[in-house]
Order: sequence, then structure tokens, then C-alpha cells
Amino acid sequence: MIVYLVRRVGQSLLAVMAMAVLVFIGVFFIGNPVDVLVNPEASQAQIAATVERLGLDRPLYEQFGIFVWNALQGDLGTSFVYGRPALEIILDRLPATMELALVALALSVGIGIPLGVWAGLRPNSIAGRTIMGGSILGFSLPNFWQGMLLILVFAVLLGWLPAGGRGETTEFLGMQVSFLTWDGLSHLILPAINLALFKMSLIIRLARANTREVCMQDYVKFARAKGLSPRRVVLVHVLKNIMIPVVTIIGLELGSMVAFAIVTETVFAWPGMGKLLIDSINLLDRPVIVAYLMLTVLIIVAINLLVDVIYSAIDPRIRLSEMKG
Amino acid sequence: MKALTLPLMAGIMAAGLAPASAQTLSIGLKSEATSMDPQFHQLSTNIQVAKNIFEALTTQDALQMVTPGLAESWEVVDDTTWRFKLRQGVKFHDGSDFTARDVIYSFCRVPLVENSPSPYTIFTGGIADMAAEDDHTLTITTTATNPLLPVDLWSLAILSANALGAEDQVTYGPEGTCEGMGDVPQAPAFNDPAIAVGTGPYILDRYNRGSEVVVTRFDDYWGGTPDWERVTMRPITSDGPRVAALLAGDVDMIESPPIQDIPRIEQGGFTIVDALSNRIIYLHMLQQEDAPGIGGTDGENPLMDARVREAISISINREAITERIMGGYAQAAGELLPPPMFGTSGRDVDPYDPDRARELLAEAGYPDGFSITLGTPNDRYINDEQVAQAVAQMLAQIGISVSVDASTASQFFSRRNALEFPVYLAGWGASSGDMSSPLKSLVATFDAATGMGPTNAGRYSNPEMDTLLIEAMATIDDEARDQMLQDAQTMVLDDHGIIPLHYEQTVWAMKPDLIYEPRVDQYTMAREVKRAAE
Repeated sequence: MIVYLVRRVGQSLLAVMAMAVLVFIGVFFIGNPVDVLVNPEASQAQIAATVERLGLDRPLYEQFGIFVWNALQGDLGTSFVYGRPALEIILDRLPATMELALVALALSVGIGIPLGVWAGLRPNSIAGRTIMGGSILGFSLPNFWQGMLLILVFAVLLGWLPAGGRGETTEFLGMQVSFLTWDGLSHLILPAINLALFKMSLIIRLARANTREVCMQDYVKFARAKGLSPRRVVLVHVLKNIMIPVVTIIGLELGSMVAFAIVTETVFAWPGMGKLLIDSINLLDRPVIVAYLMLTVLIIVAINLLVDVIYSAIDPRIRLSEMKG
Repeated sequence: MKALTLPLMAGIMAAGLAPASAQTLSIGLKSEATSMDPQFHQLSTNIQVAKNIFEALTTQDALQMVTPGLAESWEVVDDTTWRFKLRQGVKFHDGSDFTARDVIYSFCRVPLVENSPSPYTIFTGGIADMAAEDDHTLTITTTATNPLLPVDLWSLAILSANALGAEDQVTYGPEGTCEGMGDVPQAPAFNDPAIAVGTGPYILDRYNRGSEVVVTRFDDYWGGTPDWERVTMRPITSDGPRVAALLAGDVDMIESPPIQDIPRIEQGGFTIVDALSNRIIYLHMLQQEDAPGIGGTDGENPLMDARVREAISISINREAITERIMGGYAQAAGELLPPPMFGTSGRDVDPYDPDRARELLAEAGYPDGFSITLGTPNDRYINDEQVAQAVAQMLAQIGISVSVDASTASQFFSRRNALEFPVYLAGWGASSGDMSSPLKSLVATFDAATGMGPTNAGRYSNPEMDTLLIEAMATIDDEARDQMLQDAQTMVLDDHGIIPLHYEQTVWAMKPDLIYEPRVDQYTMAREVKRAAE
């Protein structure tokens, strides 16, 4: 187990390092931040002073060296725009994104699995076909368009829910959250649905396919033959066995939801990390862009690592085959 | 029972969302203030929020005319000395009195602000000395003659010396050599309303980065009771969601709705106000022997020839652009600043005359035209790329084959400043509201040593104009300066050194019970939003 863990952590670190090089070089080539930051009325001397202060007059390798050296000490740079540590600015926004992602995840799992299982048990019924048809819609309509449509229907036409923003927040476990007040919750509903729709469709399809497969298995037939209630067959025997692939997907998708809720956050003006990334790219705030991408890489790598470790704990075969290989 | 559930839910939800009271105002802005420190980042998004909380010695009205602010009046003592009478009885949000010490402290702090992306030192750099004759009389000495000092002062927010921990005696010294400053708080400290203390009509309540800025009414405001008990300013950066927020009633007012959505917003019963802005959209042409992106001229740069530049100008149908592409929300431009602003001459728009343009090209030795690249941003100005495409088609009519190279603003400005475009489309907003601003930045000879022509990426150079402009910028007498600036502009435009296209119009959309006098400088200032009379 230890050997396996050490090897997996080593691989993860390599991935993070490769990403650092790519991100830094990529960001270096997308334009000169000073041309965007400095007031156009500033004189050439003032512009030169800003360039020097930000360290942009140094060659690429030197800037990268300084970045790596500081990063190893936990400093991912100071935002050009806000004048504060980039990491601090991102972590400020993390709770909003986490909250949105977790609520979206709960929605997609809470609705996706029952619908998927239902469709799997009765694949040819009207309900089953409707669910599958709906999931295709959720799959194929662009996220941005879905968001705008939700706003149009629920905010503009019906006026039930606000069109964007985060609303009132309250302190919960030291973080600002919005699900504890009605105002906050009402702001949370639409973006959470928007973010959940795609994942929900994914989970419906996955659950349906697995349910159909599991239903053919001997132990399910045997359970039925034994005279167990259909309720028990589904809840215990079917559900338990379809959960393995579903859990994998949930783990992976949570990472991507946290890191890339960009479209939803932009459409709903949700003050999370994704919106920060877009704003930072527009302002060429290099330290924030780099720190953000590094952080998301870390999150995704960490979640993957965790999933792998849980796997090997659940299923010794994985661990054994890795050790031999 | 089931049939009842849905409307019932709707009723409950609607009740929960009803506005708290009519005393509140909420505004959707297209970009976010990066700090609450009014001396941190010289950026219009920061300024328009800060102006509610902090004030300056002078103000600019909706037409950018300078009017008294915290200074009641001022007089010119000699070419480099000014005396300001400060307003009496002005209170800061923390209850303390406003005196000359606060002004000296505020100006002193400017060079001490760390990590500023765009520092305010461009305004304090020319101040040699400041002295308080008494608590409400202040003299300012400049290093050189600066007729625009009252304009510059509008940009320098006055902070509370007490709230920021200054000593009792603050003595001015140029470039950060002041004494008695105490421990100067940096920009992040201004998130705290106890530090962000100004004299403005609204008090900072909270600043949630990325989410909202909330200010509340300052009851002891010297200019009378402010209109709103509470104002929320929310950044909604995407156009569609910003319009949706207005239509859904989340916000009462938005800035810059996309032109194509305006009819829909009007149908919804909202008020649209618009005004000419101080922003000119122009074409600049690279006027040096060595120019990239030009073909069919045997290596010559045809833009060196004034006849070619004139041909380009008169081949553009500006009326068609403002009508069809700008939807009427722009005005064809004949100058670098819309008249009657300071230094304009009321010059006519160059006439649309493609036949004459072809003749001029032939005279200049290019009867078959040539090919050229036109650089433009595609997300900076209203419909910028479409305007560039239209210009390209119009130039094709006289034989100049144009390929449009559009890129996102951050890329465009970097490439433009590296002189990658032989012709480019860009915009200029004259923050001082007078002609010296576009002349100095866009067409004065590029010279890093003197700070002239920093945005002259066409490298136009006219020494005669430079001399006149420098003289104008050191002339205190308004009438004489006005004439000099007019003459300097005429020199450039007769030479077609730069081609004005149109003045942008700025648009705001709001609920019908609100009134906003549109500002030339495109700022959305909550303090100027009024309630319509019942």
C-alpha cells in the first residue's frame, strides 16, 4: 500500500510540475499586462517604471525561476490588479464555487440516480423513454444557452427567482455561505440547476445502463425467485452494485465542477473562482491566472489520487496488479 | 391540491423577493472596482464607485466642466502658484472636520501607495509644494505652469488624515518625502469602512470582491441629504446577464446595455438615456518608412503621403457606419473631441467622396491601390470589429484591399504598441475633457524622454504642432489656450495625420421612475441617480 501510494504521489507531482511549465509559458505569450493595466494617459517613463516593478522586464527563464522559487515557499505571486497575494484572492472565492458545486452535485445525484434506475428498470415504458429523451437534451444543449433560458423563464418571465448574483450570505463554519437564508438560497437555485443539468444527464445514462446490466445478473434473478420484494431487490441488490461506476464519475466530475464552473458563474454573475479566472484573463492578471490553474491542477490531481486510493482499499486486486507491474 | 401547489409556491417566492423599500437603489455595472482605495488604481471602474464615498477639491459635471468641490474657490497667484479656499463645515464620515491637513496628507499618500497597477502619481508628480495658510486656505506650487491643475485635482481623492493615522502636523515634500505621515495604510486596509473614510454622500458599508459594493447614506453630508438610504453596485460583466438582471428586476439600472437589445428593453417599459461621450473612435496610420503588413507598393509605405491618408478618410462613409452598425448610438466625427468641448473648432466631418479618393490615390502614384492590414480589438469598443469590417469594405471600393486582423483587447494593445499594425482602429476618451489630452497622447511626436505621444502608435510627427501644443499646455489664459489647441488640431487634421471616425454614445437603461443625467466621461455615478418626481 505504501509503495503504491508513494508512486501515485510521485506521478501527481510530475503532473503538477509539467503543468506549471506549460501554464507559465502560455500566459507569457498572451500579451503584455502593462498595456492593459496602465492608464493610457501615463507617460513612457511611468509605463517603464510599472514594467520594472512587476518584473516584466526580466527574461522568461528568470521570471519562471523566481516564480518556482517563490511557489516552493507557498507564494504564488501578487496579483497585478488587486495588489494582494494571488492565492488569497482565489481562496476568497473558493467557498462560493464549492457551495455551488456541492449543491449541483447533490441535485444531480439526488435526481439523476432515481431517474436512471427507474429508466433502467422499465426501459420501454413511456416514463423511461421520456427520461432518456430529457437526458439527451440536458447533454446536448450548450450550458450557456441553458443558463440564459433558465434566467429568461424563471427570472424575467415568471419573476420567481433572481437572475444572478449571490444574495445574502451568512457565516457557517468560518465560511460565507448562502444556503442558510431564503434570499441566498433563491440566488443559488438557478445556477445550481444549470451546473447540475449536464452531470445529471450523465448520471441518468450511467445509472440506466448499469441497472439494465445488473438486472440480467443471476443474483438478481435469484433474489426475485426467492420471493424478495421488488423494493428490496432494487434498493439493496441493484443500487449497491451500480454505485461503483457512479461513484467514480461523481469523484471526477466534482473536480471539474469546482475548477470549471466558469460558464455558469459567468452567466449568473456568481462570484466564484471561474468568474475570477475570466476577469483575470481579460485583465492579463498573470499571477492570478497561473495560481488559479495551478490550484485547479492540484485539486484534480488530489481528487484522482483519493479515488485511486479508495479503489485500492475497496478492491485489493487493483493494488496487487499495480505492485506486480 | 396538486394544481394549487405551483401558484402558491410562486406567491411565496415573489413575496420573499419584494424590494425592501423604495429607498434603495441597485445598479448593474459592467466591470468591477479592484479596490476601495481611491488612490490605488487609476481606472474608470474604480473611480465611479469611489466618487460616492470620497470627494476631491474640484468636481466635473456631466459635461466635464470643472466646478467647485471641497474647494469653494481658487485663484492663480502666479504661473506656478495657486491659492485654494477650502469649504467650511464639511464633515468626514467619522465626524471629524475637513481641513487643509487632510488635503496635504492625501496628496502625500499618493506616491506611497504600493503595488499600484496605474498610479495617481501622474497628477501629483508636478506638485512642488503645498502649504496651509490656515485650516481652510491652501497654496499649491507646481514645478511647471499647469493650466489644467483644477482638472487634475478632480482625480485626487481626499482621505481623512485622522482615520488613516497621520500625525498632527503633516508637511509636504515631493515624491514621497512628506513628514508626519504616521504608518500609512495600504490598499487592502480600505475594505474596512473605518479606514475608507471620505466626505462623500455615501458611507462604505461593505465591499465583497466579485459580488457587490454596498454604501449607505451619510446624513451629515455637506451638499444636502443624499437621495438613497442604501445603494448596491453589482458587477455583471456579461452583457446578456446584465440585461436579464434589469428585466428581472434584480437591479434598477444598468450601464452599457448592448445596442441590439435596446428596443427590447424599451418595450419592457424601461427608460433609456444616452449621450455623446468624450470617446473618439479613430484610425491611426503608421507613418514611418519601415512599416509591416503593406503589399503591392515595392516596399514603399504609401501612408507617408498625405494624399493617400486623405483618400482613406474621404472613402469612409461615416454616416453609414453610425446608422447601420452603431444603430444610431454614435455620431460621425470631424474632430478628436466632440464640440463644444474645450479646444474644439467645430470642424466639418470629412465628406464621403470615393471618386475624389480614387483620383488622390492615382496622383500619389497608386492608381491600382495596394493591400494593407487593419488591426482592431474585438471586445473593447462598441461593435469595434464590425466597424473595422465596414471600413475595409469601403476602402476596397477605391482599390485598397484590406485584411482585418481582429483580436481580443489585451492582445490588440500589446501588438499595437509593438507597431505591428500599419493601420489600426482604436478609441480615446479624454479624461481631462480638453483637446490637449488626445493631441498629447495620440499625435504629438513620440518621445520617451519628454513623455509626449505615448499612445502615438502611428508615429505621426509634426514639429510645428508639437511646439504649439507645448506652448498651449503652459498657457494659463483659457481663451488663448483654446485658440492654440484649435490651431494645433487643425494642423494635424489638415495633414490627415489621424482619421476620426465617430464619437461613441454611452447608454444607460433604468426603471422608469429613475432619472440620470448622462455623463460625457461615461461614468455611472450612483450619487447622481435621482428619483423622478411623482
